Amino acid sequence: MSALLHVQRLGKRFGGFTALQDVELEVQPGERLGLIGPNGSGKSTLVNCICGTLRNEQGSVNFGGTTVDSLTAHERTRLGLARSFQLPRPFGSLSLAENLRIPILYAVNARGERKLSGAAIETRCIELLGQVNLADKAHRLPRDLTQIEMRKLELARAMAADPKLLIADESMAGLSHAEVDEILALLIRLNGQGVTVIMIEHIMRAVMAFSQRLAVLVAGRKIADGNPKDVVRDAEVVRAYLGE
Amino acid sequence: MVSLVAKAAGRETAAGLGNVAFIGVLIVAAGAIFGATRWIGNDYAFFAAYVVVQYIVLGTAWNILGGYTGYVNFGITAFFAIGAYSTVVLYKLTPWLPLPVMIVIGGVMAALVGLGTGYLTLRLRGVFFSIATLALAIVVQTLITNWDFVGGARGAYVLRPKMAPLIGGGYIEYLFLVMLGLCVVALATARAIERSSLGFGFAAIRDDEAAAEASGVPTLKLKLVATALSGGFMGMAGAPLPYYVTYLDPASGFSLNYAVNAIAMPLIGGTSSWLGPVVGAVLVGGLQEYLRVTIASAINVLVAGVLMVAFVILAPQGIVGLFQRKKR
Repeated sequence: MSALLHVQRLGKRFGGFTALQDVELEVQPGERLGLIGPNGSGKSTLVNCICGTLRNEQGSVNFGGTTVDSLTAHERTRLGLARSFQLPRPFGSLSLAENLRIPILYAVNARGERKLSGAAIETRCIELLGQVNLADKAHRLPRDLTQIEMRKLELARAMAADPKLLIADESMAGLSHAEVDEILALLIRLNGQGVTVIMIEHIMRAVMAFSQRLAVLVAGRKIADGNPKDVVRDAEVVRAYLGE
Repeated sequence: MVSLVAKAAGRETAAGLGNVAFIGVLIVAAGAIFGATRWIGNDYAFFAAYVVVQYIVLGTAWNILGGYTGYVNFGITAFFAIGAYSTVVLYKLTPWLPLPVMIVIGGVMAALVGLGTGYLTLRLRGVFFSIATLALAIVVQTLITNWDFVGGARGAYVLRPKMAPLIGGGYIEYLFLVMLGLCVVALATARAIERSSLGFGFAAIRDDEAAAEASGVPTLKLKLVATALSGGFMGMAGAPLPYYVTYLDPASGFSLNYAVNAIAMPLIGGTSSWLGPVVGAVLVGGLQEYLRVTIASAINVLVAGVLMVAFVILAPQGIVGLFQRKKR
C-alpha cells in the first residue's frame, strides 16, 4: 500500500537556526500516528511545513500521490489535509456554526465532489458541533467559550473540511482527565470512519492509548519511529526527555 | 430622511429579503429621495444631497476592503481621482460619451489599479499595507500633477451641458440621479457580498488569515477581489466629479477630505454591515453640509475627525454595532 503522507528529507531553517533537518515520515492510510518531542523540537514547524503555512527549504512533502511543495495552504486543505492550531484561532466575529461554515464552503464545496447549500450546511455545522458537545452554543460567539471549548471548536473546524488526514496539534493541552478521554474518543471515532490522524501531544497517557505508531522529534531530527511501547523505552528517547 | 428609508430597508433585511427584492427597495428609496429633492425645488439641495450620496458610495467602497476583510486602505484619493481624471481624459477625447459610460470606464480603470496594487501589497499585513496605500495616493497624485494633457497642476475645466439629458431640468439633477443609481448598485453589491460565501471568506480573512487559509479559503484571490471591487467603486464615485465641480485640479481631486470621510463614515456608522456606511455618510455628511452653510466650509474635516475619535473610543462597533449588541 502506498503511503498517504510521505515527508522526504524535510529541512526548515529560521535564519541561522535549523528547526528541522532531514525529517523522514510516512503515514499509511487509516493509521493513527503519535508525534512527540520536547518543547521546541520542531513538531509544530513540521505541521506547518506539511500543511503549507510555512515553506520548507529542503526536501518534499507528498500527499495522496501529489507533491504538494508548490501548493498553498488552502490548496492542501482542499486535497484533504486538515489541521488544528496549537493555540485555538477561531474566527472571532463569526458564530460557532459560521466558523464551521467556512471550511464547508471553501474546502468541501470547492472540492466539488458534493456541494452543500443553505439548510444542508447549517445541519452539517450543528452535527459537527454535536460531535464535540457544542451544539447548544452554535449561535454564540467564540469569545463566550472556555479554553477547553475553544479547543473543541478548533477540532470541529478541522473536521468540517472532511479531511483524509487530520493533524491535531496539542488539542488536549490543559484539559482535565475526563476531557482528555472525551477528545481521545472523538479522535479514535474519527479514525474509525476512515480518517488518518496524526496526534501531536505531551500527555503520554493519551499518546499511548491513541497511537498505533509513535515518532519522536528532538532538536529538529526524528530520532525514533515505531511501536509506541518500544519507542518510549528507546535509550535515545529517554535521554532526550530525562537527560543523561 | 435618507436615514429613515435606510432604516426601513434595514428592518426588511432582518426578515431575509432576497437580493432582487432588496434592489427593488433601494430603487424605490432612491426614487423617493430624488422626488423629494426635486420637490424642494432648489439647486442647492441637489448639490448638498449629491455630496452625501457620493460619500455613501465612497464609504461603502472603502468598507468592502476595510470593513469586510480588515485591510485599512488610506489611498482612497488615488482611486477616487483615477475615476475623476479618467472622466477628464474622456471629456477631452470623446465628449459625446454618456456620463454613465464614463463612470463605468473610470471604475474599470480604478479597479485595475486596485488589482495591481493589491497584487503588490497584499502580502503586507496590518499597518504596513496601510502605509503602502498611502504611498500609492502620493504616487498617483504626482503622476497626475505632471501630466499636462489633463491640465497638470493648473487643473482642467469641464463644461457641463446646461440641460440634463433624458429627465430635463438642470444638469445637477442628472448628476444627482446618476449618483443615486451608482449608490443603489454599490449597496446592492455590498449586501450581496455579506450574504454570500464571498462575505464569509472575507470575514474569515479579517478574523484570522492563517486559520482562513487552513480552512481552504484562497486568501490572496479573495483579497484581490476585494481590492478590485473597492477600488472600482471608489473610481466610479469619483468619475462624475469633474462635471460636479466643472474645474478639477490635483489639490481638489486628491483632497484629504475624501480620504478622511471615506474612513470616518463607515467607522462611525459601523463596518460590519452595508448599513453602516449609509448611516455614517448621512449623519456626518449631512452635518457637514449643514455646518458648511451655517458656520464655515473648513469645519468639514474637524467634524469627521472629532466624531471618528469619539466613536473609536466610545463605540468601536459604530452606530449599527450599538443596535446589534442590544439585540444579542
